[in-house]
Amino acid sequence: MTNFWLHPSLILMVGALLLPLVPRGIKKWYLLLVPILLFARILAISSAMQNGPFSTGIVKYLDWELTFGRVDRLSQVFGYIMSLMCILGTLYGVHVKDDKQHIAAWFYVAGSIGAIYAGDYITLFLFWELMAFSSVFLIWFRGRGESMAAGYRYLLVHVAGGLALLAGIVWHCKTQGSWAFNPLDVHHPTPAIYLIMIGFVLNAAVPPLHAWLPDAYGEATFNGSVFMCAFTTKTAVYALCRGFAGMEILVPLGVIMALYGVVYAVLENDCRRLLAYHIISQVGYMVAAVGLGTEMAINGACAHAFAHILYKGLLFMGCGSVLYMTGESKFTELGGLWKKMPWTFVFTLIGGLSISAFPLFSGFVSKSMIVSAGFEQHKLWVGFLLLLASAGTFLHTGLKVPYFIWFGKNQPKKATWDRAGEPPWNMVGAMAIAAFLCIFIGCYTPYLYKMLPYPEEAMKYLPYTSYHVSETLQILLFTGLGFFLLLKKLKPEAVISLDTDWFYRMGGRAFLKLARGPVQAVDTLVGELYRLAGLLPLMLTAKAAALFDNYIIDGLVDGVAKAISGVGRRLRFAQRGQMQQNLTFAFAVAAALIVAFIIYSIR
Amino acid sequence: MKLVRLIEFLRNRLKTVIWVCCGVLALVVLCDAIPAMVDKQDAHTAAEHVPGFWALFGLIGCALIIILSKWYGHAGIMTREDYYEEKKDSEGADHD
Repeated sequence: MTNFWLHPSLILMVGALLLPLVPRGIKKWYLLLVPILLFARILAISSAMQNGPFSTGIVKYLDWELTFGRVDRLSQVFGYIMSLMCILGTLYGVHVKDDKQHIAAWFYVAGSIGAIYAGDYITLFLFWELMAFSSVFLIWFRGRGESMAAGYRYLLVHVAGGLALLAGIVWHCKTQGSWAFNPLDVHHPTPAIYLIMIGFVLNAAVPPLHAWLPDAYGEATFNGSVFMCAFTTKTAVYALCRGFAGMEILVPLGVIMALYGVVYAVLENDCRRLLAYHIISQVGYMVAAVGLGTEMAINGACAHAFAHILYKGLLFMGCGSVLYMTGESKFTELGGLWKKMPWTFVFTLIGGLSISAFPLFSGFVSKSMIVSAGFEQHKLWVGFLLLLASAGTFLHTGLKVPYFIWFGKNQPKKATWDRAGEPPWNMVGAMAIAAFLCIFIGCYTPYLYKMLPYPEEAMKYLPYTSYHVSETLQILLFTGLGFFLLLKKLKPEAVISLDTDWFYRMGGRAFLKLARGPVQAVDTLVGELYRLAGLLPLMLTAKAAALFDNYIIDGLVDGVAKAISGVGRRLRFAQRGQMQQNLTFAFAVAAALIVAFIIYSIR
Repeated sequence: MKLVRLIEFLRNRLKTVIWVCCGVLALVVLCDAIPAMVDKQDAHTAAEHVPGFWALFGLIGCALIIILSKWYGHAGIMTREDYYEEKKDSEGADHD
């Protein structure tokens, strides 16, 4: 190593490995201390960056130069919010006594932060895979049969994406002669660049490569989802910002994402799956912004990722609290919880207003940057369709989720109602801090804008113009009117919605059927043929060989043995009892033989 | 609990709340129609200069999202909950 640099991920990894050794009495404090140390380390890196971006933690290994610490404004804004979210996520689940859940979550965050600071493709890929392999445990640890299956599907999809990414990386780097992870030539994309993009957009959950997200996040543990909603997709957004700014195809893909998530959210009956579909929708804004590629758009993508991590974390905390306290997450099984969980309702509502971009909430100052960037580039369809998706966001996350969980006409079962209540102090505390930050960001824009990759451009942007406020209030409030007018149509139904995971779920099942049916039949046939054509003749040959061995070989050997035995029996009578006589006889025979030999030789 | 009492207070006066909300909706559109209050220089298209354009956009957009999504769902996308189940899942614990 050319210079020592304490990698932020190392704090989490070492902290996670030491966790089982920490005494039970101080474990809660330790759980909070480690993410706070991580956040402090990120702040220290921020202050070191005052003189400009730098690269550190460079390791020469074989032919490669691995850069573990590429620090600039882009990596720093993501590092900051991810470490902050790590504190909130850990606080939310601090009462969980199962160490392995915390270990998995911290390794997952470490993978994400490692990818953010990676300056080369190899380091990026290593941390990228660490993310996938550690986060799957957050699904498995829920312990349900369906969680196990969802975890395996999640892993298989991410391994496929990882392979595409690795193939693209190797191909690209071998042709370019450099492993550095820098902006790619998006105006002349090669197949290798497309492969890298596939690896990134799979993690960003761009349709049709998105179905892993609602499948996994809906099945993870109540606090695992809080972590998962913040890191995987946003790391992908970071990677896209870094490598693919200005890639045209991302604009339509992002707009499709924004609307796709909204459509499926209408159909969804599980509140956490609904929120997962809205991650797809919100990440769609960011992907579209990366495709637009201007300074304003990249600022918008980063600002929205920052705000999204907080409000989506808050929403998953709210719905996770309902799941934790009642054991239910389906709208058809919930309703009227305002009496039992009023504070959870308020915090979830704040998350809903933030994601809907209500004035004074975080989404308002971040999402509007992306929409403005679309309009500024005269891509009117982008602006209008993203605003339409915004209406859909409020419809579901701002209205449907709070209404059908905390109000509505549906009455939960008695057991569900009896179990309901405000969650433990740490869960309420984490929600309160996240809610405060959502409002703080919405009210005091310089806090976020000064952190963005292009701060001068960001500070020029004014979200609170009369026109923008009026536009937003009209869209959202009249969406609210539409919600109450069409409330009957939105009544939750106890169904699931088929998505693109159908292809690999049913495809896998078809493969199994194929294996159990025709493939097994062919296998049985081949086995039978082998038995008839190969095994039976072999057995007959073996039997013949055994007979030959028994009667011919053994007979011959036994005969020789019997003959020798007979000769020996007869010779026994030629022997005398005394040693001298025997020796004399033996020498006489030997002398006679020698004499006979000499005479024979002379002749 | 004060928060519960506040929600209860509003629920007991639901009609008043609905009227207040309607008033707010009308006020928002009214403000949009007054140039001194909402400067439409930031508008991107001519249609946006029509008072209440975004209100109509929100209402129609919301209705379209609901109706088209439900139509799409009922066209075969929504299906029974045990569609993927081959056998009964084991019950798990969400509490730790």
